[in-house]
Amino acid sequence: MTLAVFFGCTFIAFGPALSLFLFTIARDPLRIIILIAGAFFWLVSLLLSSLIWFIAVKASDPRDEALQRGLLIFGVMFSVLLQEAFRFLYYKLLRKAIEGLVALSEDGCSPISIQQMAYVAGVGFGLMSGAFSMINLLADALGPGTVGIHGDSQLYFLTSAFMTMVLIFLHTFWGILFFHGCENRRWWEIAAVVLMHLAVSGSTFWNPLYVGSLVPSYLLMAAAAVWAYLLSGGSAQNLRRFLLCSQSGASPQLAS
Amino acid sequence: MITFMNNSDSEDETCNERTSLMSAESPPIPSYQDGLQASEAGEAQIHRKRHAGSSRSPNNVADGDVSDSGVRARGSALENEDEELTLKYGAKHVIMLFVPVTLCMIVVVATIKSVRFYTEKNGQLIYTPFSEDTPSVGQRLLNSVLNTIIMISVIVVMTVFLVVLYKYRCYKFIHGWLILSSLMLLFLFTYIYLGEVLKTYNVAMDYPTVILVIWNFGAVGMICIHWKGPLQLQQAYLIMISALMALVFIKYLPEWSAWVILGAISIYDLMAVLCPKGPLRMLVETAQERNEPIFPALIYSSAMIWTVGMAKPDTAARGPSQQTWDAAEDERENHSSPSHSDSQILETRSPVPSHPITSSEEPEEEERGVKLGLGDFIFYSVLVGKAAATPSGDWNTTLACFVAILIGLCLTLLLLAVFKKALPALPISITFGLIFYFSTDNLVRPFMDTLASHQLYI
Repeated sequence: MTLAVFFGCTFIAFGPALSLFLFTIARDPLRIIILIAGAFFWLVSLLLSSLIWFIAVKASDPRDEALQRGLLIFGVMFSVLLQEAFRFLYYKLLRKAIEGLVALSEDGCSPISIQQMAYVAGVGFGLMSGAFSMINLLADALGPGTVGIHGDSQLYFLTSAFMTMVLIFLHTFWGILFFHGCENRRWWEIAAVVLMHLAVSGSTFWNPLYVGSLVPSYLLMAAAAVWAYLLSGGSAQNLRRFLLCSQSGASPQLAS
Repeated sequence: MITFMNNSDSEDETCNERTSLMSAESPPIPSYQDGLQASEAGEAQIHRKRHAGSSRSPNNVADGDVSDSGVRARGSALENEDEELTLKYGAKHVIMLFVPVTLCMIVVVATIKSVRFYTEKNGQLIYTPFSEDTPSVGQRLLNSVLNTIIMISVIVVMTVFLVVLYKYRCYKFIHGWLILSSLMLLFLFTYIYLGEVLKTYNVAMDYPTVILVIWNFGAVGMICIHWKGPLQLQQAYLIMISALMALVFIKYLPEWSAWVILGAISIYDLMAVLCPKGPLRMLVETAQERNEPIFPALIYSSAMIWTVGMAKPDTAARGPSQQTWDAAEDERENHSSPSHSDSQILETRSPVPSHPITSSEEPEEEERGVKLGLGDFIFYSVLVGKAAATPSGDWNTTLACFVAILIGLCLTLLLLAVFKKALPALPISITFGLIFYFSTDNLVRPFMDTLASHQLYI
């Protein structure tokens, strides 16, 4: 465990999110505020779910291993559901905010659309979730020690970093899907997001059998990415035009 | 000395032409409403009052206030425009405050996590005489409450003393006090900080180098803060001295006393700003009556305001404000084509007393600055630093407090935009920070630790 591990894991986990932040969010103050508010909402949901878990644990027998494990599973599932509930609340808040922004703008349209807000909110949730999962690990990675000396997996840091990265991406896509579902009243999209989240969290119960958790998560991420891309107005044609940098009047893909 | 310094930090309602922080000049500026500049200027300046812990909220809203009140006098036609302006600049101003607050917190957290000195217990301040080394919980709680009462009463007494000084126009005294306190911060505390950092990293440095470094750092700091200097350098110095102050508090305040003091300071802040007989409110009103621009040397200001284009008729009344144009000029130099603006300003200088001159720069396009008192910086950083200093070494707590404080700041600014009057910046942020600190440390930490040990993800 050295600086190499620290930097490696940091950039694996947070590199893509950081670049998303730098290129799409950092320029616009309104988006930064939405990002931090999203992080705050995730934090509140975590707080409430920890409270429930804490009460349950304190009320139960600490020596009963199976019960503790069961409570942990319950805690995880409840936390997932609460996170999605807070995502819904955040959607409601942003809807109101858009109405306020429209009312106060000069030309009657909001400076930011609900889709952009959905994306930023997703990144906010993802960043906070990833930070809470990863930061303590990174701090420990700087110090002395040997990973897995007691027989646990030696890939702990690396897999945690990859899991964090996939979770940040997933939150981003889920944000887009969720808000789209709420906007257009498509409840099955919302249900799909909740189920995907439960599935990803559930798959982490396979750890340290990493093939059982990382592979499904990445597959789900790819699926969510495609779905979010299609919902945001993307299509195979757009993609081809982008990749081939073909001119179609203005070439937005070249102009930053 | 610490409290002394704090309070002196807070009060500089000196109308001294030497203390031209650009923030001072800028305010009277919402340019297109000349007529009401005088009173509004006073109001805006006042809103920049800084008190140890009872700082006013940023003055973009003071500016907004100022222009808004001016507008109302003119009729509601302009009101909407102003509201839009306030809000259009609103998000930008929030970010302009997020960045320095974040930087200050980063400095404090980095220091706390790496330099052992600031987490070691080496005695207490004279303002918190009761020790917390008692065996029983009740006794400890009582001691911390007593410490808080003493600390807050010292702060109240100092503030009232300063209001009295201001009322009786003892500007020189206040100014001298202020210079003395920033001298101490910039030289003594920086020397101690440098020493401890060098000790931590086991780097040797000879005395001549230390003297050179500290002398330069301190001298440039004094000039930047109390006189003129590039805006960003001034901002950097203000952030650094806030961080140093916060570190001193973190080191010398005992555990429980620190938390109770944080809570009490936010309540005091709330009362001092909103109650009719609060000292800060009286200060504001006195400065308004006198129509004096207050030149606080210890308010963080983030942007410049350009109103140099429009000379105002009342500048003649503010004779010493010649210097203020210097500062504005400096700011301009930093932010636009130097020679161009210089010549513009020179032109407007001479006719200043007689009649307003519109220069060819766009006076309409003014960028309003945002100002936040240094007490806010200090207490935010104390909260986050204390969260970082917890023995468990948990980073989640620090992160949670950080996000909570930023959201509190955001909400305060929102309220400011809604109510359009001076609001204290501490209560909401500190309340959120305290709630999140205690809940994250006691509830979230065990949950996340358990999840991490099984490598589960939520």
